[in-house]
Amino acid sequence: MIEFKNLTKVFQDKKREVKALHDVSLQVKEGSIFGVIGYSGAGKSTLVRMANLLEKPTSGQVLFEGKDLIKLSGSQLNDVRQQMGMIFQSFNLLKTGTVYDNIALPLKLTGVPKAEIDKRVAQYIQIVGLQDKLKVYPAQLSGGQKQRVAIARALAHEPKVLLCDEATSALDPDTTEAILELLSKINKELGITILLITHEMNVVQKICHEVAVMEQGEVIEQGSVIDVFSKPQTETAKRFIHSLFNDDIPGDLFRKLKTNGKLVSLSFIGESAGDPALAMVTKKYDVFPSILGGNITDLKERPFGRLIVHLDGSESEAQKAIHYLEESGVIVEAYTKEDPTHGN
Amino acid sequence: MVTSITDFMDNWGAEIWMSFIDTMIMVGVSLTLAILIGLPLGVLLTLTGPGKALENKIIYQILNTVINILRSIPFIILLFFILPFTDLVAGTTIGVRGVIVPLVVFTAPYIARLMESSLLEVDRGVIEAYEAMGIKTRHIIWHVLIGEARSSIILGLTIATIGLIGATAMAGLVGAGGLGDLAYRYGHLRYQTDIMYVTVIILIILVQGVQTFGNRVSARLKKD
Repeated sequence: MIEFKNLTKVFQDKKREVKALHDVSLQVKEGSIFGVIGYSGAGKSTLVRMANLLEKPTSGQVLFEGKDLIKLSGSQLNDVRQQMGMIFQSFNLLKTGTVYDNIALPLKLTGVPKAEIDKRVAQYIQIVGLQDKLKVYPAQLSGGQKQRVAIARALAHEPKVLLCDEATSALDPDTTEAILELLSKINKELGITILLITHEMNVVQKICHEVAVMEQGEVIEQGSVIDVFSKPQTETAKRFIHSLFNDDIPGDLFRKLKTNGKLVSLSFIGESAGDPALAMVTKKYDVFPSILGGNITDLKERPFGRLIVHLDGSESEAQKAIHYLEESGVIVEAYTKEDPTHGN
Repeated sequence: MVTSITDFMDNWGAEIWMSFIDTMIMVGVSLTLAILIGLPLGVLLTLTGPGKALENKIIYQILNTVINILRSIPFIILLFFILPFTDLVAGTTIGVRGVIVPLVVFTAPYIARLMESSLLEVDRGVIEAYEAMGIKTRHIIWHVLIGEARSSIILGLTIATIGLIGATAMAGLVGAGGLGDLAYRYGHLRYQTDIMYVTVIILIILVQGVQTFGNRVSARLKKD
């Protein structure tokens, strides 16, 4: 549906060149929710703004349904943009218009007849659940409600794609949750493809099918959310997942435990999350696991669990235990403590 | 006392009324023309500025310089300085008709500046959201840029109107009349202080009224 091919963006500053994107290629499949995650300055915002050419690439191609957007004329580009909704971190509603005006005005300006406008406003305000707020001005709405209005405004054009530029970053956790549920519903019920960027791992975890991790203008890792979560390859991806589970163990304890036995992190996905594999290990082998931290969460409706375990026992028994766990479908990795000076 | 007020009104009522009408005509016509010129210039100044949607160094620099030059000249100098231009445009250099051209030349750059500062306050993000929806630039200018800035634009126009009322006081120098002229000719040149006080009071009430009206309209248009 959307394809980025070898995108590069260089911002020309007075004194220096800033490379915001370097040779980025991504493919967003029709009907999917694709998440791009990265710390601030990673270039993800520049990337999402290229999907509708709010930002023009220095080189590379942006394809929408096979069409190269860079080659389109101004009015052709406007036509394509009308098929792509976009929501923002700062909502970007008209302060001088009511909720109704905010949804209706862009439709009016793109030539939708009055009767159809009223029909669509009624339909989409219903979907975002703000039927009773049509006559209210944005200043009287909460952040979450403003974002709902922005979503209704985007949906009213009946787009094929919804671009989300840090859409939940300005919202509190509960509101974030509600907005994510709404986005998930829009994807499922209206079949709208979603490309979102975020710096919050829980956004990716809750609603994305696929994810790309960005760092310093490059995509350093991408794949299905399950794959990236269970087997992160890069340090940055690991740190994002770490942020979600918060499985840090105190430094003193870490140094003490390191001296004997094995310190491992176990990841359970889907079925294996329900199995008592760890309990079986204690019966079969001469090891004493102690659980230091852990969490279970939903990964796009599949349970995903992670435990930090210390296996006390001889080297060979611990090794066998690890082998057994891997056989039962658990992903075992050596637990390494993060250097506290590393990362932000 | 009562007789003296009646006497005063009998003697001066018609003259004051005529002057008031002259002032209103000069302000009304000049303001309308100055808005028609100043608002688009303000929009152009905003859009061609550094880092803006239609960034254009040449247009921006020319506009910027011309506006600054015009705004540096005191009205009383401008009035004579552009006499040939006034003659060319209005066909005369005297009377109400002759003073409207310099008043517009004086006020339009001022309005352009005031518009620019109002329009610059509009959230860049909202404009971007409309670009992302595939809305044409001219619609964005009218409905988003000007629409969102309307409260601030009204306040700017209020300031410009009051400046314009002040400038009309000098219109008498080319025989255009008006309240300022009345105060100057009778009050100052002929030492008839009562007529000077009355016209000054009328001007004060007029300026107060314009400011209050502008504030009210602006507040009504503000929704945040």
